[in-house]
Amino acid sequence: MAQQGKAKSLKDLNEIRSLIKKHKKNDFLFAATGMFVIASLTITLIILFLDLIIDGYPKFNLDFFSNYPSRRAARAGILSAWIGSSLVLLVTFFVAVPLGIAAGVYLEEYAKKNWFADLIEINVSNLAGVPSIIYGLLALGLFVYTFDLGQSILTAGLTLALLMLPIVIVSTREAIRAIPIHIREAAFAVGATRWHVVLHHVIPYAYGGILTGVIIGMARAIGETAPVITIGALTFIAFLPPSPIMPEVPFINFEWLDSGFTVLPIQMFNWISRPQHAFHINAAATGAVIIILTALMNGAAIKLRYNVRKKIKW
Amino acid sequence: MVASKKKRFNDTIKAESKDLDFYYADGTQALKKVNLAVYENKITALIGPSGCGKSTFLRSFNRMHDLYPGNRYDGQIILYPDNTNILAKKVDPIEVRMRISMVFQKPNPFPKSIYENVAYGLRVRGERNKHTLDDKVEEALKGASLWEEVKDRLYDLAFNLSGGQQQRLCIARALATEPEIMLFDEPTSALDPIATVNIEELMSELKEKLSILIVTHNMQQAARISDYTAYMYLGELVEHDLTDQIFTNPSKKETEDYITGKFG
Repeated sequence: MAQQGKAKSLKDLNEIRSLIKKHKKNDFLFAATGMFVIASLTITLIILFLDLIIDGYPKFNLDFFSNYPSRRAARAGILSAWIGSSLVLLVTFFVAVPLGIAAGVYLEEYAKKNWFADLIEINVSNLAGVPSIIYGLLALGLFVYTFDLGQSILTAGLTLALLMLPIVIVSTREAIRAIPIHIREAAFAVGATRWHVVLHHVIPYAYGGILTGVIIGMARAIGETAPVITIGALTFIAFLPPSPIMPEVPFINFEWLDSGFTVLPIQMFNWISRPQHAFHINAAATGAVIIILTALMNGAAIKLRYNVRKKIKW
Repeated sequence: MVASKKKRFNDTIKAESKDLDFYYADGTQALKKVNLAVYENKITALIGPSGCGKSTFLRSFNRMHDLYPGNRYDGQIILYPDNTNILAKKVDPIEVRMRISMVFQKPNPFPKSIYENVAYGLRVRGERNKHTLDDKVEEALKGASLWEEVKDRLYDLAFNLSGGQQQRLCIARALATEPEIMLFDEPTSALDPIATVNIEELMSELKEKLSILIVTHNMQQAARISDYTAYMYLGELVEHDLTDQIFTNPSKKETEDYITGKFG
C-alpha cells in the first residue's frame, strides 16, 4: 500500500516536471520572439539613422546652420528652418503647456465625475490619436481664414499646440493620479483648500510626469510636417522673422508672430523632392538634425522622470 | 441620556455626536444613531472589529468624508464651548479641520523637508513671519518628542526618517496648528513595538493640551492609554464607559465577548 502510494507520487512528480518543461518552452518561445521583434526594429532604426548621418555628413558644419536655403545645394543651409522651428515651438510651448496643465488639473481635481466628464475624457484621449493633417485642416479654417491670422508663426504655433494639448492633458492627469490619496488627505486634514492642495502638492509632485509629457509633446511637434504645410508654410525662405528680443526697452516684441516662416521638416521635404543629388545630402543632414533633437528631448524626459522618482518616495 | 452622562463622568465634554448616521455614496449605512462624547483633556479610544464604523466615525470629526462626493451625514457633532454643529452645511469643512487635526494610520509626511512638513498647517493659515514659523515648528517638534533627533537636519527630506519618526513628524504637523481635538486613526498599526511605545507615551503627554479621539485595533493599547473606551459593532455604539470599567467590568455581554477574545 505504502509502495503503491510512493509509485503513484513518483509518477505524479514526473508529470509535474514534464509539465513545467512544457510551460517553460512557451516562456522561451515568447522571449525569443519578443527579442527578435525588438532587435529588428532597433536595428532598422539605427541603420536608417546611420544612413542619414553618412549621407548628410559633408554638411555637418557651421555654415549649414548659418546659411539660408539657396538654389545652389552646396551653399544652402537650414538657418531659416531651425529658427522658424524654434519660434513655432516657442508659441506652441507657451500655449499648450499652461492650457494643458490647467485642463488636466481641472479634470482631476475640480470636475464633478459625471457623464459629461466621461465624455470629455474620451474625447481628449481620442484627440491624441487624430491624424495631424486633420489638425492642419482645422487650423486652416479656423486660424487662417476665420481669425485671419495668416500663414504666420502664430498660426503654426497654435496648430501644433492643438496637437500637443491632448498629450499634455493626458500626462498631467496620469501624473496627478499617481499621487497617493493619503498624501492628499494629509494636506486637507491640516486645513488646506483645494487650491492650496493643487498649488503646494499636486503640481509639485506631478511635476516630473507633466514635464515628461510636455517634452514628448514638443518632440512630436518638432517633426510634424502635414499640418504646417496645410496652413501654408513657405518652402523657400531667405529671410528671418523679426527678432523676439530687442536691445532697447521693452526688450521683447511680438512682430515675429506675424511673420512667414518655414520649419525643419518642410525644408527637408522640399530638398528631397528636388532631382539633384546634392540637395538629397542636405535633406539627409536636416533629417539627422531632427532625429538628434527628438532623441535629445526624449532623453531629457527620461532623465527628468528618473530624477523626480529618486526624490519622491511615497 | 447626555445629561446623565455628564453626571456619570466628572469631565467636561469637548465634543459629542448626537444621533449620528452616516451613509457612503453607494448607500451603505456605516453609522447608526451614534451618541458619543469626547472629553476635554482625555483620551477616548474606539475599539471594535474591522468594518464596525470606528474609522468612519473618527473621520466624521474633521469632515474627511466631504472630500468624496455622495457621502452623507445625518445628525450632529457639537463642538464645545461654542456649540457649533460641525456637520452643518453652513460650516465650512476647512474651518472644522483648522480646529480638529488628524494623524493617519500610515505615516504620510509630504515629500518635502521636515521643517516644511511641520510648518505647512501654519502656512495655509497665512503665517509668513519666519521667526514665528521657526518658533512654532520647534515647539511642535518638541511637543512630538522629535526635536532632539531632527534639530540638526530640519531641511532634510522627511522620507529619510524612520517610520516611527515619520509618524511623530505627522503628529508635530497636526500639533503645530494648536488644535482643540486630535484624531488618531490607528496611528501605530504600521510601527514596530518601540516606536509604538514612543507614540503612546507621547499621546499621554499631549492630552494635557488637547482632547484625543483614537481608533485602535489593539485592545491592550486602548487599555494602556485611554481614559474612556467605546466599543462599536456594525455601525452602532454598544458601550461607552471609563476604560477601567470597560476592561474590568463591562456592562454588556457583547463588549465582554469582544474584550475577552471570544469574538472579533
